[in-house]
Amino acid sequence: MKLFADLLERLVFTNSRNEKLRLLATYFREAPDPDRGWAVAAIAGTLDTRTVTPSIVRKLTEARVDPVLFRLSYDYVGDLAQTVSLIWQGQRTTEPVSLDKVVSRLRSAHRSEIAPLLESLLDCLGESERFALLKLATGGLRVGVSARMLKLALASFGDKAPEEIEELWFGLEPPYCALFAWLEGRAPAPAVDRTLLFRPAMLAHPLDAETLARLDPADFIAEWKWDGIRVQALSFDGKRRLYTRTGDDIGHAFPDILESMTWEGVIDGELLVVEDETVRPFHRLQKRLGRKAPSARAIAENPARIRAYDLLELPGADLRPQPFAIRRQRLEEWASANPLSRFDLSSVFPVETWQQIDALRERSRSGGYEGLMLKRRDSPYLAGRVKGHWFKWKREPLTADCVLMYAQRGHGKRSSYYSDFTFGCWQEGAESAGPRLVPVGKAYSGFTNAELLELDKFVRANTTERFGPVRAVTPDLVIEVAFDALQPSSRHKSGVAMRFPRIKRIRWDKPAAEADSLTTLSALRDMPMADQKQQSLL
Amino acid sequence: MSGIDWIFPTPTGLYCAAGDFYIDPMSPVDRAVVTHGHADHARAGHQKVLATTQTLAIMASRYGEEHARQTQAVNYGEQVTIGGAIVRLAPAGHVLGSAQVVIEKAGQRVVVSGDYKRRPDPTCTPFEVVPCDLFITEATFGLPVFRHPDAEEEVKKLLRSLLVFPEKTHLVGVYALGKCQRLIRILRDNGYDTPIFVHGALTALSDFYEQHGVALGELVPVTTESKKATKGRLVLCPPSALADRWSRGFSDRIAALASGWMLIRQRAKQRRVELPLVISDHADWDELTATITDVAADTIWVTHGQEEALVHYARSCGLEAAPLALQGRDEESAA
Repeated sequence: MKLFADLLERLVFTNSRNEKLRLLATYFREAPDPDRGWAVAAIAGTLDTRTVTPSIVRKLTEARVDPVLFRLSYDYVGDLAQTVSLIWQGQRTTEPVSLDKVVSRLRSAHRSEIAPLLESLLDCLGESERFALLKLATGGLRVGVSARMLKLALASFGDKAPEEIEELWFGLEPPYCALFAWLEGRAPAPAVDRTLLFRPAMLAHPLDAETLARLDPADFIAEWKWDGIRVQALSFDGKRRLYTRTGDDIGHAFPDILESMTWEGVIDGELLVVEDETVRPFHRLQKRLGRKAPSARAIAENPARIRAYDLLELPGADLRPQPFAIRRQRLEEWASANPLSRFDLSSVFPVETWQQIDALRERSRSGGYEGLMLKRRDSPYLAGRVKGHWFKWKREPLTADCVLMYAQRGHGKRSSYYSDFTFGCWQEGAESAGPRLVPVGKAYSGFTNAELLELDKFVRANTTERFGPVRAVTPDLVIEVAFDALQPSSRHKSGVAMRFPRIKRIRWDKPAAEADSLTTLSALRDMPMADQKQQSLL
Repeated sequence: MSGIDWIFPTPTGLYCAAGDFYIDPMSPVDRAVVTHGHADHARAGHQKVLATTQTLAIMASRYGEEHARQTQAVNYGEQVTIGGAIVRLAPAGHVLGSAQVVIEKAGQRVVVSGDYKRRPDPTCTPFEVVPCDLFITEATFGLPVFRHPDAEEEVKKLLRSLLVFPEKTHLVGVYALGKCQRLIRILRDNGYDTPIFVHGALTALSDFYEQHGVALGELVPVTTESKKATKGRLVLCPPSALADRWSRGFSDRIAALASGWMLIRQRAKQRRVELPLVISDHADWDELTATITDVAADTIWVTHGQEEALVHYARSCGLEAAPLALQGRDEESAA
């Protein structure tokens, strides 16, 4: 446990990517099996200890520490694991506890045994080990190591190509002993039946003007970037899978999609709700996500569809090394050869000039898509966010001038700063009452560190009320909010919800009374968008 | 409450009506008693200032000899009558010359702690427990998450890092008054006798400590040329310089910061600190609560930091307690 705690400690305080890779590789060399495999699982988020919930940790702590003092401490620190590891007064024993022992006991414990187990572990560990234990048990280490970086570290440790790790990854299970045996040259590569495994997804880079200037339009094909969730649909020998772009299996929530997959192959596409051949706003899809088994009614009310972008494999043929233009052709052949229901093709456009494409991007403000994708004609399908192949060119965001209403303390690296902001627009009140503010959204990004300090200062100096970690402020400060779309919402009092709101500018200069009204804001709402006629222009 | 009505907070600072003076006022006043030399306590421009000899010397070196029209230096324990109050200063253990203000009138005693700590510090006189009726305490680290480790162990971490990374310049952020000299003194006590590089903003106060009998060993001012010669050595600078252009001249460096806030990982990370050193000149939670017991006051006023938690604690011990809102304090100004 000590080695793992030290690793986390050092990762937290290391900013350099290379240094982090080096720390990980050193740890893999020093730590024994199966400890190091559990560590990999903890960092990758594949460790299943979901029985330990934050509320168990809170209850345990409140039994040991004055609940008021604990609450104040947690409000201040902004991170549960850090708060508890510091506030816990343990009786340290001298005998070291291995990571394997901790994980095995957590995994095998019955629900009712979890709290006493956690308590006894906390009692026999030191502060940094307590921190590691709580991070590990409650999930979400947040030590600045992505799954990709972890795989790079594994690859460099075993002197393998990162792609080899990617290919095997979804067929492996913690604590990854077979993986380490292979990486250390003690055994052949783990035998994994990859047929139904998730294929690592190819991701795009955001496009900026500078990059655009260097690109030749003739090399590219443009495609709508639909606003749903990116998925991978696999079907072989009657067995079918539906994965998100991070490899989570979500098939159970979409039996309608699985049932329709009578074809064979691997399709990369966008999961959408489509009704009357019109893509419906994202929140309709949200009603289908995260359900274990949707009712027939939920399925009928929000019919799901996959808009296919790419064809990765056909039985016996891996198309990923082929250029995109060829894969697209094969996709179109596949579409005409199979009776498709709940699947259709995403439209593509040849690129003549960037101006023509830019006009297309901005032409319509209607909903369902977020902008354009630009894909190189000759790009193979590569794992991860590889530079220079795929670009996403989002439509320009909408903006509104809103008034800051509430602020909440942030978490993680922003703990103790007021960094989550709720803002509102003016709504006409009853005749005599005059306009009043209604909350329209919440943002916690878009500002620089310097602006964060200014906002934090404004919040502290203009607090009118406190509710735990939330403060209400004098409605004096106007913030210009950028967002990708405005959707109707029954959850919000204002009746609208912003998609990806972020703070674009702080308008220190603008009087609050001149901020936008709800009527002005509502006019920006997305109109449903009918499908374009499918076209093949290759 | 305590029934003591001759001391209370005002927008300018804590005011003692019995003696018509302010304690650590934020703006110029006729008569001020100053607890110690940190800028959020000691300001220039008062008519009369009473403080320890060291604090007055620090104020003079920061603001010039003319920082007040008239100054009165007192030693710890020396009694002075101001108006209807008897005042003396007791050591606070925070930095060189730091004091608590002990005020008596009509058989009642009030102690204003100023900033204080109770851990060993070779550079200043240790905190003195003064039993009183009303204790006005600081609460910079007034939450039970703050339990500072032994400062010497933290210094050993720094020394180990110097051994493990002999190719790196170790840049350590320290407050110019107190933390800097305490860190150097502990380093020397642990056998580190290599010359230490110091940022220009730290030299005057370090010289001042030397003059007051705190030996610091050889200190070398950092210059543009000498930046190249700091590989594997210690360079001390004010915390703000860590993120400043000044720090870019060092090729391969590790950023360390000596502060009580470093206990919170996310805090350290916010400041891009790679080697956090938890060394504090303020009392931690255990020291704050122990002191409340030790002074045996019936009434506790809490100021400077996390008032709410310490007030809650004092009330749960059956004491009268209230937060004392003072203007112009920033939670991290001199921790």
